[in-house]
Amino acid sequence: MSNKWFITLYLLPALLLVGILIFIPLVLTGYYGLMRWDGIGAMEFIGLTNYINVMQDGMFWQSAGHSGLLAVFSTLSLAIYLAVSMILASKIKGSDLLRKIYLLPMLLSSVAIAQLWIKIYNPSNGMLNEILAWFGVQNPPLWLADPNIVLYSIFIPILWQYAGFYILIYYAALKNIPESIIEAAKIDGASPFQIAYRIKLPLIMGVVKVTIVLAIVGSLKYFDLIYVMTGGGPNGASEVMASYMYKLAFGTNNFGYGSAVGFMLLIITLIVTVIIRKVTADKEELQY
Amino acid sequence: MLKRKAVTSMCALVAGALIVTGCSDAADGGNNGGAENNNNAGNNANGGSGESATVEFMHLWPQGSSAQHHRIVNEIIEDFEAENENITIDLSVLSNEQYKDQITILSSSNELPDVGMTWAAGYLDPFVDGNMFAPLDDMLEDGLRDEFVAGTLEAYEKDGQSYGLPLELNTVYVYYNKAIFEEHGLEAPETYDELENVINVLNENNVEPIALGNRDSWTGSMWYMYFADRIGGSDVLTNAINRSGSFEDPALVEAAAKVQEMVQNDSFVSGFNGLADEEAKSMFMNEQSAMYMIATWDLPNYTTNEDVPQEFRDNVGYFKFPTVDGDGDTDSFVGGPGVGLFVAENSDVKDEAKQFAAYFVEQWGSRAVTDAGVIPATVVDGDALDLPDMYVDVLQDLNDATNLTLYADVQMSASVAQTHLDSIQALFGLDMTPEEFGAKHEEALSEEE
Repeated sequence: MSNKWFITLYLLPALLLVGILIFIPLVLTGYYGLMRWDGIGAMEFIGLTNYINVMQDGMFWQSAGHSGLLAVFSTLSLAIYLAVSMILASKIKGSDLLRKIYLLPMLLSSVAIAQLWIKIYNPSNGMLNEILAWFGVQNPPLWLADPNIVLYSIFIPILWQYAGFYILIYYAALKNIPESIIEAAKIDGASPFQIAYRIKLPLIMGVVKVTIVLAIVGSLKYFDLIYVMTGGGPNGASEVMASYMYKLAFGTNNFGYGSAVGFMLLIITLIVTVIIRKVTADKEELQY
Repeated sequence: MLKRKAVTSMCALVAGALIVTGCSDAADGGNNGGAENNNNAGNNANGGSGESATVEFMHLWPQGSSAQHHRIVNEIIEDFEAENENITIDLSVLSNEQYKDQITILSSSNELPDVGMTWAAGYLDPFVDGNMFAPLDDMLEDGLRDEFVAGTLEAYEKDGQSYGLPLELNTVYVYYNKAIFEEHGLEAPETYDELENVINVLNENNVEPIALGNRDSWTGSMWYMYFADRIGGSDVLTNAINRSGSFEDPALVEAAAKVQEMVQNDSFVSGFNGLADEEAKSMFMNEQSAMYMIATWDLPNYTTNEDVPQEFRDNVGYFKFPTVDGDGDTDSFVGGPGVGLFVAENSDVKDEAKQFAAYFVEQWGSRAVTDAGVIPATVVDGDALDLPDMYVDVLQDLNDATNLTLYADVQMSASVAQTHLDSIQALFGLDMTPEEFGAKHEEALSEEE
C-alpha cells in the first residue's frame, strides 16, 4: 500500500469530526440566515433579507463596536502580560509561586469568575465600593449598572481571566531563548531594558503574533462572562456580537435573523484575521 | 526542566479535565433524567406486557434549587405508576434557562417530550402555530375545567382552544420589613403619596427603601405595570399590547413618568440596573432594604422556609400596590399563571400522556400548597389545610380580586417582549423619556402586524 493511502486513512477520523462538528454547522448557519424561522414552525425562504437587515441594524453595529473595543483592549493588555512574563522569566525570587498564582484564574470556569466579580462589583455590599468608601469616596461608581462604564468594568475580569494563559505562553517562549545570547549581550554592556526590547522581544515575535491573533479573535466572539454578568445590559450597553446573536435566537425566537448575525460574526472575524496576518507578516523570521 | 514539564503537563491535565467536565455538563443537561430513569425503562421492558407505554415527561425543578417541587413531582409520578402499572414515566429534569433552550431545540427537531412545561400567552404562540402542542379541550370537558381558578386557563388559550394546564398562580405584592417600618414610625402605605413619604423618611435615615434587581428587567416591568393599572385602569396595558389601544396613551406615558419620578426620588437601591433579582432579594432578606416587590412564588421565604431566620420571617408583611392620586383599584393585581403542562401533538402515546397530565394537575394543587408553598392554579380549600396566615390572606385576596393582568412580557410575543424589557432598563436608568418609551413599544408592536 502506498504511503498516501495511509496518510488519508489516518487523517480521515479527524477530518470527519471537524467536518461534522464545525464546517457543516457553519454552512447550515449561513443557510438558516436565508430563512424566516422562529425555531419551531416551518422555515420560509426570504433570500438575503436577513443579511440586509443586519447591515442596517443599529444594535448589531453597536454590539460589533463593543466587540471591537474588547479586541483593542485585549491586544493592549498583551503588553502587560508580556512585561509580567519577562519579569517572571528573569530569575527573581518566588517566580515559581507567582507564576502559579497568575495561572489560577485560568483554572476557574467563566461562570465562577463572573459570579465572583458580580460580588466584587455589588454597588452596596461589594468589596470594591467598600474599599472606595473607606477612602472617603462619596458616590462610588455603579460598576455594572452605569451604561458608560459597564464595558470597562467587564473588561477587568477578562484581563484577569486570561492573564495565566498568555503569561504561560510568553514564559515558555522566553525560556527557550538560549542563555548564551543574553550573556553575550550583557558582556557587550546592554542594559536589562535593552536586552528585553532589542533581543528578547524580536526573538519571540512569532509567538507574540500568534497571541495577537488569538486575543483579537477570542474577543470578537467573546460571550460567557458578559452573558452571566450583565446579559448585555443595561439596555444593550454591554452587548457584544455573540450575546446579541444569542439574544435574537433564544430570547426572541428569531433563529433566522440570529443565524444571519452569527454568520456575519464569522465573516467579520475571518476578515479581521486575514488583515492581522497581512499586517504582521514578516519578510524574514528571526532565528537564534 | 523536569519540574517545568511537570507543571505544564499538570496544567494541560487540569485544562483537559475542565473541558471534559464542561462537555459532560452539557451532556448531563440533555440526558439527566434519561439516566435517572434508565432502570425504569429497563423494568418496563422486563415487565413485558404488550400494552405498556412510556410517557416522556420533562420539568424544570431540579433537586438542587427546588427540592420540594422536585419531591412532590416524584411522589405524584410514583403514585401514578402504582395506579397505572402499564404506564411508565420517563423523567428529565433541567433548570429553568436550560429548559427553555432545550424545549426550543427539541421542538425544532420535532422531538418534544410527551408531557412538558410551558409558559402562557406569548410564549405559547409559536408552539401552537407550529402545531407542536395538542389541544386539551376534550380532557377539560370531563369536569377538569372546574378544578381551575377562573381566569387561569384562559392564559393558555389560543383561538378558543386550550393548550396548557396551569399549575401555579402568582400575584405581585410589595413585601416590607415591619421592624424597619416600626423603627421609623411608618405604616404600610395605601396611596402613592404615603409611599413617597415612606421613601423619603427611609432615605433621610439612610435606609435603602426598595430592593430592585433590574438586570432581570421583568422586575422593573412589574412596577411599571402596576402604575399603568392604577393610573389607566385594568385594560389599558392589555389593550395596548393587543393593538386595540396604544402605548402612547396618556395613562401609559404617565405610568412611565411615575417610574422615573420614583427613580429620581432614590426609591430603589443604588445600582439596581446592574443587580440580578436574586441579589435584590438577598438585600431585602438581610434587612438592608425595607421593601421588595415580588410575586407570591416567594411566600415560602417569608413563612415556612426553615433556612430563613424565624425572626426575619415574623417581620415580613405585605401590602397591595397603592392607589395613585386617588385612582385605581387595589384589588386589581399584576400576576398570572406560571408554568403549565402541555401535551405534545405528535406524541405516540397521546392518550396516556393526557391521562398523566390530568392526574398530575389533580394531585398537584393541595400537595403543592402545603408541601412547597406554591399557590396552585387549581381551587384549593384553604380552610381545610393547615396554612400560615400569610397564605390564608393571599388566598382570600385571590377570591376578592377584581382583575388579574398577565405579566406584560408574557403577554407579548418574544421579540416585542425583548424590546419591552430592554426599554424598561433604559426607562429606569433615565436613558429614555416616557414618550420615547411609548414610541419604542409602538414601533416594535407595529413591526409585528
